[in-house]
Amino acid sequence: MTATQELTPAAGAASDLAGTLLIEDLHKSFGDLEVLKGVSLTANRGDVIAIIGGSGSGKSTMLRCINFLETPSSGRIVIGGEEIRMRADGTAADRKQLERVRTRLAMVFQSFNLWTHRTLLENVIEVPVHVLKVPRAQAIEKARALLARVGLAEKEDTYPLFLSGGQQQRAAIARALAVDPAVMLFDEPTSALDPELVGEVLGVMRDLAAEGRTMLVVTHEMNFAREVADHVVYLYQGRIEEQGPPDQIFGNPQSERLKQFLKSIN
Amino acid sequence: MEGLLDLLGLAKSAELLSLSPPGWGMNLLRGLGKSLQIAFGAFGFGLVIGLFGAYGKLYGGPVIRDLLAIYTTVVRAVPELVLILILYFVGTDLINQASEALGYGRVEISGVAAGIWVLGVVQGAYSTEVLRGAILAVPQGQIEAARAFGMPPVMLMRRVTIPAMLSFALPGLANLWLIATKDTALLAVVGFSELTLETRQAASSTRAYFTFFLAAGALYLMVTLMSSALFQLLERRARRGQPSLKGAGR
Repeated sequence: MTATQELTPAAGAASDLAGTLLIEDLHKSFGDLEVLKGVSLTANRGDVIAIIGGSGSGKSTMLRCINFLETPSSGRIVIGGEEIRMRADGTAADRKQLERVRTRLAMVFQSFNLWTHRTLLENVIEVPVHVLKVPRAQAIEKARALLARVGLAEKEDTYPLFLSGGQQQRAAIARALAVDPAVMLFDEPTSALDPELVGEVLGVMRDLAAEGRTMLVVTHEMNFAREVADHVVYLYQGRIEEQGPPDQIFGNPQSERLKQFLKSIN
Repeated sequence: MEGLLDLLGLAKSAELLSLSPPGWGMNLLRGLGKSLQIAFGAFGFGLVIGLFGAYGKLYGGPVIRDLLAIYTTVVRAVPELVLILILYFVGTDLINQASEALGYGRVEISGVAAGIWVLGVVQGAYSTEVLRGAILAVPQGQIEAARAFGMPPVMLMRRVTIPAMLSFALPGLANLWLIATKDTALLAVVGFSELTLETRQAASSTRAYFTFFLAAGALYLMVTLMSSALFQLLERRARRGQPSLKGAGR
């Protein structure tokens, strides 16, 4: 690995950046309401960053700005060393580039958002086969392995709405893994689940973190943030109020607001 | 068989409706064929207009949205018979003027093509609204997921939006199809020999009005019954991913 890097410095540099994410001075307004007031964040490869904060703090908006599901008002977003080109109004300047970058990000949603007219297997192979043009047989083989990995091997022919929320979310994670994402974005992945189903989803996410995947996780699960994250970011009214390693954030919070927040959720 | 018809006093009717001359059965079937051909073409043409119309109304700029609003409002406000007369005569007139300007002289316009164009424009307005409603009913998250994974817009429409909206659109589309089969009867006023006009000709030549119009009614009914069965199958297929609502309303 080291040898190849020395031989081909360009490729080496690119792979160094793979799985990195840089957000710089991100602003987002909805009309007059400024939801993000300049957020900057760096994720290195393999980082698990937990984003916490009260409702309306802008944490979901921030995550959704990374893949332009929300159009940022201004700022820079660089994924794997590639900056998403923006026009002055924040819309993506190059649709093809955005689509290409999006295939390297994978998002897991609060409400799963599986395609309900397709079986689990069809959901998992959809993007590889149709967007990434992977041969179908190969995609199916990989999808089966991923479904087995999240404990849904027997459910590949089932339609999503016939499954529990926890099963649907695990399938959604398999769908996300199917694109070999450089960075995974989790938008409150357990918030829509019954309490007894939260554990199974967090278990899968824990395994992914241990694998060294770059993950940004917006979450209300403080135990998960404490145990799994490398870095915790606390957002308050569109700004990063405090950030640091979990021990510090949960053990020795500095800001009054974070102390208040942690008290309120316990 | 013949004895039974005699007994019921239907022997004369059976003779009139016989498929071989001097019976008029074949004429009715030919008319039915033309009616179905136009209904099918108009429904399909309407669907194409409807799909573009729905997308235009949902995602288009202000000019496109206004134009489409005028289209759907006008078409749905004016009685279909009036519209058919306007579109038929305006359409044929425009084509003839264009053709004369190009030096080809007047052209004969095929009744089937004219019927499809006229009814298609009418169907398109209704389709636009049916499909717009169905697209709006697709859970936004499913479209968002496709965008988040880098699916380009046209693929997203083909792979996600259209299949996901079908279950919402099919009941409305089934209605439109049935209306299309019956609206073909209105083309009789421009002298197009579809089922209704064929029936009228047969009836007035033989004075057997009751027999022929009853027969035509039965044919329309058959088309409706078969269409309903087909749409039921399609709907079951479109709803395959959705748990049954049976018992959920209690």
